[in-house]
Amino acid sequence: MRIHFKTSYAHDIRLFPDRWTLSIYGTLLLLAFALPYLLDEFFLGEVTNVLIWAIAGLGLMLLTGQTGQASLGHAAFLAIGCYANTILIEQGVPFIIAFPLAGVLTGVIGVIIAIPVLRLHGIYLAIATIALSVLADDIIVLTEPWSGGVSGKFPEMITIFGFEIERWSMPSRFYYLVLVVTIICTLFYRNLLRSPLGRAFAAVRDSEVSATAMGVHIARTKGKAFGLSCMITGWAGALMGYYAGTFNNETFSLVISITLLMMIVIGGLGSIHGAFFGAVVVAFLPQALSILKDNVVGSGVAIPGLETGVFGMILILFILFEPMGIYGRWLKIRTWFELFPFARKDMFRRQKSYLKTERLR
Amino acid sequence: MSLLEIKNATLKFGGVVAVNDLSFSVEEGEVYAIVGPNGAGKSTAFNLISRFYEPFAGSFIFDGTNLLDCEADQVADLGIARTFQNIELFEHATVLQNLLVGRHRHRKTTLLEEMFFTPRVRREEERHREAVEEVIDFLDLQPYRNKMIAGLPYGVRKVVELGRALASKPRLLLLDEPASGLSVEETQDMRWWIDDIRKQMGITVLMVEHDMGLVSGVSDRVLALADGAKLAEGTPAEVQANPAVIEAYLGAGAV
Ligand SMILES: Nc1ncnc2c1ncn2[C@@H]1O[C@H](COP(=O)(O)OP(=O)(O)O)[C@@H](O)[C@H]1O
Ligand SMILES: [Mg+2]
Repeated sequence: MRIHFKTSYAHDIRLFPDRWTLSIYGTLLLLAFALPYLLDEFFLGEVTNVLIWAIAGLGLMLLTGQTGQASLGHAAFLAIGCYANTILIEQGVPFIIAFPLAGVLTGVIGVIIAIPVLRLHGIYLAIATIALSVLADDIIVLTEPWSGGVSGKFPEMITIFGFEIERWSMPSRFYYLVLVVTIICTLFYRNLLRSPLGRAFAAVRDSEVSATAMGVHIARTKGKAFGLSCMITGWAGALMGYYAGTFNNETFSLVISITLLMMIVIGGLGSIHGAFFGAVVVAFLPQALSILKDNVVGSGVAIPGLETGVFGMILILFILFEPMGIYGRWLKIRTWFELFPFARKDMFRRQKSYLKTERLR
Repeated sequence: MSLLEIKNATLKFGGVVAVNDLSFSVEEGEVYAIVGPNGAGKSTAFNLISRFYEPFAGSFIFDGTNLLDCEADQVADLGIARTFQNIELFEHATVLQNLLVGRHRHRKTTLLEEMFFTPRVRREEERHREAVEEVIDFLDLQPYRNKMIAGLPYGVRKVVELGRALASKPRLLLLDEPASGLSVEETQDMRWWIDDIRKQMGITVLMVEHDMGLVSGVSDRVLALADGAKLAEGTPAEVQANPAVIEAYLGAGAV
């Protein structure tokens, strides 16, 4: 059993509450930096893919998990980030400026879109944001001279002060770039969570009425969440562009939006861990399935819709049996070990002590 | 000048006149209670003060500021905090985080500073935490500090909600039925807390409450409401003895 004594308020504010967590995350970080020496190029590419999805997941998690606003339009923001980055670099802006700027631009566009869209709630919001995904496709085709339309675009090689990075020929350099962006995004996310704004997000998610009564401006807070979410998503989009090597109007489709949303639900809503766990599932599921399929029915046979079907199935199982996602399951297992042998079966069961009403009286 | 002055407030929901030409004022430092049967318009009066509803008519002045010039979120900035009849907490957050949201109106840092968690943000966080810990000590919430709201019993939630309002260090505290659903002991605690909130913290309290024991125990003045209109106003004893009040509570012919 692990017990920590807190001796000052700073304890709860720290990034890592105690030595133990610090050492775990420290080891994880070391491992992440040593990975190019441990894995071959194929698997390093796969891990890079996981990290890019995790960044995108963090982006959507901030909006959906933290602030409670579902979006099925985030593929559009992946696209905006990707195209903005590529076009800026084509215009001669160096990567080190173009890349951050692409995210910021995506964030600004996100805020502008958020103003009308975030008046909607729940499923209506989700439906409205579908339009974004669909629209993005059309806009890319319409703005052909800039975007390359249907024939698409190839991002140029990244150079940072003369140092070259390319996904295929230098996978470990590209991996390090993605890793650094992942760490920065995770830190931003974590910092927000322990600040007034992060708490305002949670307040808006759980009760708009009492958030307002405590002085939280609902529309402004949602707007900030949307902007920050889109910024992170934009960065993920830019990296996806590099990872894919080429992209066009169909790369960032509605399917990507849906996958992203399913990913954070499966991973565990409202937690940083959830974004990473979900990303692992999304990135490795196609591989695992194709290996499984090859062994079971032979490699020649194609099963259309297999991935989507299995993915949807996993989602349904999670919603039914573990609404807290993989992270929630992980917490339970960890608590069981920490308290061993004192864990009780119904420890995580919630007490239904009152019914929430929509009315104020 | 009164701390809160409401004049001729009226609000209708369709055909129902929820608040009908209601006027009352709350003096700085007092505990002012509103009583009345269900549906009398007590909560609606609170929601008008909170600016959740737009009144049809009336003036609402808080310490010289016209509340009608404020948006609902700006009311907190003036120093008005409240609780809700059907507890409205942030379910998927801990008690500590809930109380810290109460500090929202005292935040000073910007989005950019918070993203980088600058030393100033850290200092501010420690300051907020200190203020919240005072509330935790005051309300004996220590055992629940890091518990999720979603698993807490009703009585504790009620106290957490009071704590969240107190954490904002308000000048005026609105309590909508603070003792409803509480056990006798819990109600007793609530009584001492309200007393201390007024006496030690110097916070003015405006509360809606059915429990006449609690009302006469803590309040200086009582307003009886029926069908959205004022029935009687005075000391707890005066209001309880008022024939119109007795009739409204017990029905015609009971006197
Ligand atoms: N949001 C609303 N929509 C319609 N009618 C409402 C609403 N809120 C309150 N009412 C009506 O206004 C009247 C006063 O309600 P309320 O202020 O909640 O009474 P109470 O004194 O019990 O708190 C009731 O008749 C109620 O049905
Ligand atoms: Mg009421």
